[in-house]
Amino acid sequence: MSTPTTERAETGLLIIGASQAGVQLAVSLRGTGFDEHITLLGEEDHRPYQRPALSKEFLQDKVDKENLIFRSQEYWDEHDIELVKGARIERIEKNAPGGDADGSPDGSGVAIATDGTRYPFRRLALAVGARARRLQIEGAELDGVVYLRSADDALDLKARLGDVQDAVVVGGGFIGLEAACSLHGMGKNVAVMEYGPRLVGRAVGEDTSEYFLQAHRGRGIDIRLGARMKRFVEGTGERAGKVAGVELEDGTVVDAQLVLVGIGVVPNTELAEQMGLAVDNGIVVDRHAVASDGTTVAVGDVANMPNPLPGAPEGERIRLESVNNAIEHAKIAAYSLTGRQEEYAGIPWFWSNQADLKLQIAGLTLGYDSTVVRRDDAKGKFSVLYYREGQVIAADCVNAPLDFMAVRNALGKGQNIPAEAAADPAAPLKSLVVDRHVQEVSA
Amino acid sequence: MPTIHYTDAAGSTIDINANVGDSVMETAVRNGVPGIVAECGGSLSCATCHVFVREDEVDQLPEMSEMEDEMLYGTTEDRRDNSRLSCQIKVTEGMDLHVTTPETQV
Ligand SMILES: Cc1cc2nc3c(=O)[nH]c(=O)nc-3n(C[C@H](O)[C@H](O)[C@H](O)COP(=O)(O)OP(=O)(O)OC[C@H]3O[C@@H](n4cnc5c(N)ncnc54)[C@H](O)[C@@H]3O)c2cc1C
Ligand code: FES
Repeated sequence: MSTPTTERAETGLLIIGASQAGVQLAVSLRGTGFDEHITLLGEEDHRPYQRPALSKEFLQDKVDKENLIFRSQEYWDEHDIELVKGARIERIEKNAPGGDADGSPDGSGVAIATDGTRYPFRRLALAVGARARRLQIEGAELDGVVYLRSADDALDLKARLGDVQDAVVVGGGFIGLEAACSLHGMGKNVAVMEYGPRLVGRAVGEDTSEYFLQAHRGRGIDIRLGARMKRFVEGTGERAGKVAGVELEDGTVVDAQLVLVGIGVVPNTELAEQMGLAVDNGIVVDRHAVASDGTTVAVGDVANMPNPLPGAPEGERIRLESVNNAIEHAKIAAYSLTGRQEEYAGIPWFWSNQADLKLQIAGLTLGYDSTVVRRDDAKGKFSVLYYREGQVIAADCVNAPLDFMAVRNALGKGQNIPAEAAADPAAPLKSLVVDRHVQEVSA
Repeated sequence: MPTIHYTDAAGSTIDINANVGDSVMETAVRNGVPGIVAECGGSLSCATCHVFVREDEVDQLPEMSEMEDEMLYGTTEDRRDNSRLSCQIKVTEGMDLHVTTPETQV
């Protein structure tokens, strides 16, 4: 028996993916005067919520689900934004060219959900984000091997914790370390298996990696660098089918009733591929967040974009996974959809909270050639400034918001903080900022 | 019910009935009050939830932490004596708070 297909009324804009980027796009469009009906559709069966707390405050029971919700239902109703939850789009059919006076495709089409429902649209936005990368290893399918990307993942993880004394976290990136600290703070024995030679190797420099390594080992988290895992070990008796430990290549077994895998994400590019859009580690977009068909916009974690950092080499591309990027990128897409051509340019920033360490990152370290470390152990402050040809391009700041703010503001204004002066941790960075041209003239 | 009065830089005010335990930031964002961005969702990492508290109400609020104090030095519109980060102000029973949002947060 086949279910009758339902055809929804045509919407002005269909946003697929109702998370950080999709929500921002809808909100920004209303701010820019877009007055057509908007459908904000997502696969998850929750009201749109913020992910960052899932590995932090939410996991630790410090905030509840209600605190993660972006907007009240009244907000959506008042702004003529229709929320569709629990709907997965599996296929998109673009209307044939020719609708427009000049014969070019106008961006309209229909999206078809897994239950057969058809969602016709005049314009389409892909805000489909990314999913947790799966680990291929013997025992990966055992009960108790989990991932952390969505609220459902976090709820599942929390429900398991009662039975867990020992946890292994696979992956020493941000999410792995945040979760490791949360679990450790809740009294679990935690071991972190990092394949690479240092922590968070993809996002921070060596000095910052080392700082985090010492701090987390110091609090009692067992961090293994260069870890080579052989398999996840199954329990016996009552624990058959459930994970009981992680066996390393040297034969040692680390006990674990829970294995949390945090080894990065994979952008959800399947719909874009099926539509024939250019895809290369994400959906390829231009500076206006427009994909290769010239009409579909793609925003947030799923988009591969020209590096937005002012002064970045021409042609350099990047895919960013952060709240700040999802928000700023969506704003640019909102302009594109309302006919205003704004280029995406800005200072990317990021944060990560790990136990008592509050990390804030300003800028992008891409292409740095030297660093300056500022460290004040008495105050528990630590920052690293990154330079490219003498110009500051980024900073990692731990419990040092003044440094973070100073670098972020300087980058935003195109200013510099000369390296020699910055090396003195007692000198406030804010007082060292110079205009670039002043520096060049005096040099 | 506690009430928060949000006045924007141009002078127009929105009054919102708030829930005890929510922050002044959350109350604003969930109801779409413009003027508060709150990128980090209350994690005390972004300083885009800056507000000016009505002078005579400043002392009624619990004191700010050192972290909040330092973050306030990086707000886009310069801090004043009555500046707070609204994600750090919890709504309490019977609260009737007046805040003004700065011209810009980013
Ligand atoms: C545990 C955790 C902690 C984090 N901490 C931080 C942090 O501290 N700071 C920071 O800056 N960033 C953090 N991030 C990253 C941040 O949450 C992401 O960068 C952000 O959510 C990206 O938003 P997005 O909307 O582009 O994509 P996503 O948030 O991935 O949303 C995409 C949505 O699209 C839906 N979708 C996908 N395909 C379909 C389909 N075919 N049909 C219907 N719906 C579909 C998905 O279900 C999902 O809801 C964290 C992420 C996680 C998981
Ligand atoms: S919401 Fe980010 S500091 Fe308040």
